[in-house]
Amino acid sequence: MERLDQIKEEALRQIKDSEALEKLGDIKVQFLGKKGELTGLLKSMKDIPPEDRPKMGQMVNAVREEIETALENAKKRMEAEVMEARLKAEVIDVTLPAKKNLVGHRHPNFIALEEIERIFVGMGYEVVEGPEVEKDYYNFEALNIPADHPAKDEQDTFYIGNDILLRTQTSPIQVREMEKGKLPIRMLAPGRVFRADEVDATHSPSFHQIEGMVIDKNITFSDLKGTLQEFAKELFGADTKVKFRPHHFPFTEPSAEMDVSCFKCGGTGCRFCKGEGWIEILGCGMVHPDVLKRCNIDPEEYTGFAFGLGLERIALLKYEIDDMRLLYENDIRFLKQF
Amino acid sequence: MNTALSWIKAYVPGLECTDREYFDKMTMSGTKVETFTRLDKNLEKIVVGQITSVEKHPDADKLVICQVNIGTETIQIVTGAPNVVVGMKVPVVLDGGKVAGGHDGGALPEEGITIKAGKLRGVPSNGMMCSIEELGSSRNFYPEAPEEGLYVFDDSVEVGADAVEVLGLHDTVFEYEVTNNRVDCFSILGIAREVAATFRLPCNPPVVEVKNETGDVNDYISVDVQDDLCTRYCAKVVKNIKIAPSPWWMQRRLAASGIRPINNLVDITNYVMEEFGQPMHAYDLDTIAGKKIVVRRAKDGDTFRTLDGQDRSLDHDILMICDGEKEVGIAGIMGGENTMITDNVKTVLFEAATFNGPNIRKSAKRLGLRTDASGKFEKGLDPRNAEAAIMRACQLIEELGCGEVVGGMVDVKEPLKDLVTLPFEPEKTNAFLGTDISKEDMLSYFERLEIKYDPATNMLTCPSFRQDLKGFADIAEEVARFYGYDKIPTTMPGGSAVAGKLTFKMMIERKARDVAEFCGFSQGMSYSFESTKVFDKLLMPEDAKERQAIRIANPLGEDYAIMRTVSLNGMLTSLSTNYNRRNGDCRLYELGNIYLPKALPLTELPDERMQFTLGFYGDGDFFTMKGVVEEFLSQIGMNGKVSYDGKHGKTFLHPGRGAVMSYEGKVIGFLGEVHPEVCKNYDMKCRAYVAVLDMPEILPFATFDRKYEGIAKFPAVSRDLSMVVPKEIPVGDIEAMISQRAGKLLEEVKLFDVYEGDQIKAGFKSVAYSITFRAKDRTLEEADVTGAMKKILNGLESMGINLRD
Repeated sequence: MERLDQIKEEALRQIKDSEALEKLGDIKVQFLGKKGELTGLLKSMKDIPPEDRPKMGQMVNAVREEIETALENAKKRMEAEVMEARLKAEVIDVTLPAKKNLVGHRHPNFIALEEIERIFVGMGYEVVEGPEVEKDYYNFEALNIPADHPAKDEQDTFYIGNDILLRTQTSPIQVREMEKGKLPIRMLAPGRVFRADEVDATHSPSFHQIEGMVIDKNITFSDLKGTLQEFAKELFGADTKVKFRPHHFPFTEPSAEMDVSCFKCGGTGCRFCKGEGWIEILGCGMVHPDVLKRCNIDPEEYTGFAFGLGLERIALLKYEIDDMRLLYENDIRFLKQF
Repeated sequence: MNTALSWIKAYVPGLECTDREYFDKMTMSGTKVETFTRLDKNLEKIVVGQITSVEKHPDADKLVICQVNIGTETIQIVTGAPNVVVGMKVPVVLDGGKVAGGHDGGALPEEGITIKAGKLRGVPSNGMMCSIEELGSSRNFYPEAPEEGLYVFDDSVEVGADAVEVLGLHDTVFEYEVTNNRVDCFSILGIAREVAATFRLPCNPPVVEVKNETGDVNDYISVDVQDDLCTRYCAKVVKNIKIAPSPWWMQRRLAASGIRPINNLVDITNYVMEEFGQPMHAYDLDTIAGKKIVVRRAKDGDTFRTLDGQDRSLDHDILMICDGEKEVGIAGIMGGENTMITDNVKTVLFEAATFNGPNIRKSAKRLGLRTDASGKFEKGLDPRNAEAAIMRACQLIEELGCGEVVGGMVDVKEPLKDLVTLPFEPEKTNAFLGTDISKEDMLSYFERLEIKYDPATNMLTCPSFRQDLKGFADIAEEVARFYGYDKIPTTMPGGSAVAGKLTFKMMIERKARDVAEFCGFSQGMSYSFESTKVFDKLLMPEDAKERQAIRIANPLGEDYAIMRTVSLNGMLTSLSTNYNRRNGDCRLYELGNIYLPKALPLTELPDERMQFTLGFYGDGDFFTMKGVVEEFLSQIGMNGKVSYDGKHGKTFLHPGRGAVMSYEGKVIGFLGEVHPEVCKNYDMKCRAYVAVLDMPEILPFATFDRKYEGIAKFPAVSRDLSMVVPKEIPVGDIEAMISQRAGKLLEEVKLFDVYEGDQIKAGFKSVAYSITFRAKDRTLEEADVTGAMKKILNGLESMGINLRD
C-alpha cells in the first residue's frame, strides 16, 4: 500500500518537473509500461491475500488513471507551450509590400463594351458582327443615304474603290441582319468604324460603335424608350434619368437623341456636363419603313427600333479619360488603371 | 442659324417665355438650340444722356469735363473721347452700372466691367459715356457709329431713356442646330412655324403684296434655262433705284443674325434670305448684255471672276448664269464681278432661283467656295418658295422707297411637283408610337404645321416647304414631336422571348482575353490602317504577299494609307512606345483584324481575319510565350499536340528562335523572338517576343465541350530515360517517337532535363525524360511496361541516340 503511494507521488512529481514531450514518454514507460513500476506492483499481487486482491486491484487502477490523466494534461500543456513559442517566433511585419501577381488589364473600351453586351444579352439580344471593309450599298444606300445625300460628305468616308469603303458606322450590320430573313431580330452589333478625322483629343480616324436593333410585330416607339431607359439605368446607375430629344437620322423615323442625367452631379449641373445636367449618349429611332422594305420586310406587319452609340464616348465619360489618343497608345501605365 | 428672338416674336406675337424655357421647349420639339446669348449681357444702368457743357481738364490735355443731362439730373463725367460736342446724345453708364467690353473692341470679359464714380486726375466723374465697342458690339453692326469715340444717338432719342432699349439690345440671339432634312428651318419663317406649333400659338407670317407695279418685266429681260439643274428661275425688275441705308429695324434684325447692314438694296436681299431661306441675287440690269439671262453649264477650262475678285476655274458640271454674251454668275454660289451692283445702279434685276442641291454642293466643294447661298441651295430648296421670296423682296423695295417695281415676273420652271398627300391614320399612329393620342389633338398639331386635313377624303396635304414629309413614319414623327417625346410612355418589347447570346467566335475571343490577362498581358488597340513602310521595317522581301495590301483612296496621310495585312506593326509600335517611355516590363495583346484582299484592285470584300497578337519585352523568353499560347489552346479544348517548326521563314523573327505552329496539320500561327534588326527598326534595344494566332484557323478546332474521364484509381509506373542526343535533333522529334511507340498505356512523357556543356561531348546534348504508364482498370506489372520500353529504346537507337551511362 505504501509502495503504491510512493509510486504515485514519484510519478506525479516527475511529470510535474518534466519540460519536454519526450520526457513524458519516458515517464509513461517507467511507471505504466510492461516493465513499469505499477505493472510490477500488480505482478506482486500474488503475495497479497486473495480477499484483498480486488481492492488492491482497484487502487492500482485508480493510481494508473491518475498518472495517465496527469500525463495527458502535461502533454497538452507542453504542446500549447510549443505552439505558442512557434507562433511567437513566426511573427512577420504585415506592412511589408505584397508579392504582386502579374495579371494583365483589359482595355477600358472593352470593359465598357462587355458591360453593355451583358446588359443587352440579358434582355435577349444576340451579339453579331459585320465586315469593317464594307460595300457602299450597306453603309449608305440601304440606309436611305443615296449617292447625292449630304450625309455622305459629312461622314468623311475613307474609300477603297467606287463602291467599297471603310464603314463609317455599325448601321450596315442592321441591313445584313435583316437580309438574312430571320425574324424576329434582337441584335447588338459592336465594331470598329472609320472616319477621315485627324487625330486629336476628341477625334480618331478609327473608333468603335455599338448598334442595336429590334424587329418584331408590334414594336413601338415606347418600347424604344423603355429599352434604352433600362439600359441607361443598368449602365449608369438606378437613379439615372433619360431624356429623348427629336433628331434626324436618314434611316430612322421618328428619330431621337438620348441624354442621360449627368452621373457626376446627378443632373444639377457641373463642370463635367458643362452645367447642363445632361449628357448626350446615343442616337436612336424607329427603323425607317423604306429600310425595312429594301430588306424585304413588310413595314405593315413588322416594325422595329434601332440605336447606335459610340463606345469611346462611353469609356471616356465613364472613366473620365480626357484624351482619346490615350486609347490607342497602349501605354502600360494607362492600361494598368483599368 | 442665328436669329434674334424679337424677329421670331414678330411672327408669333403671343410668345411669352424666358430664354431658358424657349431653349428647352424648342429643343424638346426638335429644333435643337445650341446656345443663346443675351445681347444686353453685362449692360446695366445705361441711359441716354445729353452733353450740356464741355470744359478742359485742368491737369490733363487729353481729358475733358462734361456736364451730362440724364433726364432726372445733370451729372459730371470726365472723358477722353475725341468726339464730344455740346448737345450730343450719348449712352451713359451710371455709377454702379456695367458695360460689356473695353473701348478697344477686344474679347468681352465674362463678368463685364463695372463702372464706379471716382476721380480722374483729381476731378470727380460720376459715370462713363460709351462707345459701341463698350456696349459689346461694333461698327460692323452699327455702321453709323463713329470710327473712334462715343456712340452718338439720333437727335430724336429722348434724354433719360434706356439706351440699351434704344439700341435694340434687349434681345436674345438663339443659335439652332438644324438637321439637314429640315431645309425650311434655315429661315426665320421656318423657325417661327415650329415655335408656333411648340407653344400652341398662332403664326402670322408677313402678308406678301406689292401694291404698285408699272410696266412689263418682259420688256426688260428674258430668261432661257437650258439645263434641268435649274428647277426654277424667277426674275423681277426694279427701276429708279435709290440707294440709302436700310431702316433701323431691318439693320437690327440683320445684325442679330450676324449680317452686316450695307444699304437698302443689299440688306433687302439678305433680309429675305434670312426670312424665307431663299437666297436672292441682284444684278445691275444695265450690265446684262442683250437683256437676256441664259442658264447653262460652264465649259471645261473656262475661268470666271467672282465678285470677291478671285478667278475661278470652271468645268462642265458647274451651272452658270449668263447674259447675252458672257457669264455673270456661278449659279447658287456667287455672282460675278462684271455685273456687281454699285452705288450708281439705276435698274436692278432680281433673281430667285432653285437648283439641283447635290450639284451645287459638289460644285461649291470643287471650287473651294462655300457661301451662305450655296449652303442653302445645296439642301435643295422649295421652288414654290422662290416666288414668295422674290415678291417679298419687291414688297420691301416698295415699302422702303428703294425703287419702283416693274410689273410681272419672268418665271421659267419645271412643272412643280404635286404636294404630298398621305392618309390620316390615327390608330396606326398610336399603335406605332405606343400612345393614346386623340384624333383631335393630332389634327391640332397638323393645323399649326400647315398640314391640311380633308375630312371628306381623310387625306393630309403636306405644305411644299416640308420636303421631309413623305410617308406614314414622317407624320408619326410630327405627332410624337408635338405630343412630346417625354410624354410617350416607356414599355418593354413584348413578343416571344429569345435567348441572348454571343457568337462562338466571340466566346473564343473572350477566352483569349482571359488567358492573356491571367498571363500578365494587357489589352491594347491599334489602327487598322498603316504605312507601306511597315513591310520594310519588318524586313519583308519585295515580293512578299503581305505587300499586296488594300490601299485607301483618300487616306489621312501615307502613314495611314493601307489596310494592315500583318498585325505585328501595331504591337511592335506599342511595345516601342512603352520601351522608350522607360516603362519596365511590358506585356500586351490585341485582338484585331487584318485585311487580305482576294484580288487587287478590290472587286469584292476582303478576307477579314481576326488575329490574336501577343507581345512582350522584359522578364520572360521564347518559352514564356509558348506557355501562354499553349494555355490558350488548352483552354479552348485544343489538347492535341501542337507542332512547332523552327524553320519558320518569317523575316521579322530571329532565325533560330521562332516557330510556325501547326495543329492537326493546319498552320495556326507563329511565335518567336523578334529579329534584332526589326527591334532596331522599332527603336528597341532589348529582346522582344511575339506570337500571332490566326483565329479563323483555330475556330474549327476550338470547343468548350468537356468530358470527365475519371481520376486514376490504380498506381502508375514510371521509367526515367537519360540520353545523349545529337544537338540538331529537336526534342519534339524524340517525344513524337516515344508517343508513337509507347502504346496505349502511356500516360505522360515529361522532359525533366536538358543539358549541354562540359560533361557532354561537343555537338551533343543530354536529355532526360520521365515516362509514365498507367492502366485504368488494374495495377500495372513490371512486364506490362517492358515491351513498351524496349520499343522506345529501339526507336532511340534508330535516331542515333544513345542512353547515358
